[in-house]
Amino acid sequence: MDRFYPTQFDVDELTSRVVWNIRFPRIMGGLIAGFGLGVCGCVMQAVLKNPLASPFTLGITSGAQFGVSLAAVLGVAVAGGPYLLVGNAFLFSLLCAGFIIGLAAIKGSTSETLILAGIAVNYFFSAMSQLFKYFANDDQLRLMTSWGMGDLAAFSWSKVYLLVGIMVVGIPLLLLKSWDLNIMTSGDDTAKSMGVEAEGVRTYSMIITSLIVATIVCFTGVISFIGLVAPHMARLIIGVDHRFLIPASGILGALVLITADGVAMNVIAPTVIPTGVMTSIIGVPFFMYLMLKGKKKEFWT
Amino acid sequence: MMIQLQAMGIVFGYNSSRILDDVSLEIPPGKLVSVVGPNGSGKSTLIKCLDRVLSPQGGKVLIDRQDISKMTRKEVAKNLAYVPQSSLRVFPTTVYDTVLMGRRPHIGWLASTDDDEKVWNVLQLLGIEHLAMEAFTELSGGQQQKVLIARALVQESKVMLLDEPTSNLDIWHQLDVMGIVRNLVQSRGITAILAVHDLNLASRFSDRIIMMKQGKIVSAGPPSAVLTPENIAKVYNVEAEVRNNCDTPYIMPLSQIRDGGSKRTLPASRRRVHSHGILARLAHSSR
Repeated sequence: MDRFYPTQFDVDELTSRVVWNIRFPRIMGGLIAGFGLGVCGCVMQAVLKNPLASPFTLGITSGAQFGVSLAAVLGVAVAGGPYLLVGNAFLFSLLCAGFIIGLAAIKGSTSETLILAGIAVNYFFSAMSQLFKYFANDDQLRLMTSWGMGDLAAFSWSKVYLLVGIMVVGIPLLLLKSWDLNIMTSGDDTAKSMGVEAEGVRTYSMIITSLIVATIVCFTGVISFIGLVAPHMARLIIGVDHRFLIPASGILGALVLITADGVAMNVIAPTVIPTGVMTSIIGVPFFMYLMLKGKKKEFWT
Repeated sequence: MMIQLQAMGIVFGYNSSRILDDVSLEIPPGKLVSVVGPNGSGKSTLIKCLDRVLSPQGGKVLIDRQDISKMTRKEVAKNLAYVPQSSLRVFPTTVYDTVLMGRRPHIGWLASTDDDEKVWNVLQLLGIEHLAMEAFTELSGGQQQKVLIARALVQESKVMLLDEPTSNLDIWHQLDVMGIVRNLVQSRGITAILAVHDLNLASRFSDRIIMMKQGKIVSAGPPSAVLTPENIAKVYNVEAEVRNNCDTPYIMPLSQIRDGGSKRTLPASRRRVHSHGILARLAHSSR
């Protein structure tokens, strides 16, 4: 606070620095990552016409996890220094997504093909990560495990700027297609008859979402729950028009993630519970409550 | 008369099997045309090829002499509207929002009050404005079909393609939906092309009937010329009695025709037609 109101507040230098350089980036990073994951989950569910889809359906997480394992155990990485893990995670998550999008482009991108391919790739890279875990020593194992649980601690201002940059470009591009996404949930044939290039929109959306998600994931680790659930929560609240649903999913994603992180840092302080773990612990009961509250069988109407 | 919709030599198939084999047709504006034929004869595929939902491997579709394969999808959508048999809805929308989707070819990111008005007018026209805020998935089959027709109507295209609009409906709703389409053709001068199974519905409401078998057009013309006992025997392998009811042929299916195992390979002209042997299992329904 002393940065903005130097006259009203008198905070010592150390506290000020801690808050500004460690806590603030963490909060901002959490908000932005949650926003991005929520938006991407929403878009993936629309283009794949499947309420179980999430940004991780395309195998992005398992790819990233594999990249991290590779860096941790073998020290093989595309970038050195502080970007050892991050660079590998980013590269391998894009590799996975790229493989699936490419497959779709060659074989015809029906949503079923994509989901199946995504799950298959997920299994493959999980198995590879397991293999590395089996041979890893304790330190390496610890690194891999903590990354797999997802953590917001790694954020600094420069990383926050990078994330903001990617999203400022990516999310408006997704919003532009929100009409097409509305129509695509009615099926490809219907979409085409109403002037929407269904396959094109699907590939376009997947490329953008995988870029955003890969960027988020390589900094935060695996926080998978937000992308699946934030869009459903948003649907319960504001309905299914993607022009409003996309931003709403983002806001809810940000809220859930930051709440979870706040709780995770304070519940058994000074021990900080990994954010990814806390997100699911807090998010699942909340989601169950929303599901049970609706009287209808199809709970998101 | 100006030719509005024209298909020339359309060929479509998956791998080696041909579903449409050199289909050509010309449809003048302001007519209601039914496409009839047995299951798998290519009715729905033809409808989808006409709207470029499926891209034919050969031949072309022209609307007002313009090749639709050279248009953008939006332009195609402004010219041709498609009513699917049923609509998949993963995430339920209201009737209003479902119909508003039909305005997609005409609008950018925001729907104007003009679009709003058009949606309401169409909902009123079809008598479903009281359902506007209901969830589409919770409607009955007949109501859903009307909503899908409404969505195609707000597209404001000259041609409307309907894929078996009556197949899941009771007889009251069958007449209702066909009546709506008939009225639209007469009042708005649009062309409607329907895939239909029920020959009597087709006969009663259509200006022209196209009869298909195994991806080829067998017969085309006014109902009384197409719906003859000979054509029905040839296309459906069903012996039927055709009665003329005020110039509208009425078809009573009598029995199936069994002619050995070589149905598919023998040319229709060489096939032996058993008109005498009424089989034990009578085909009562016309569907």
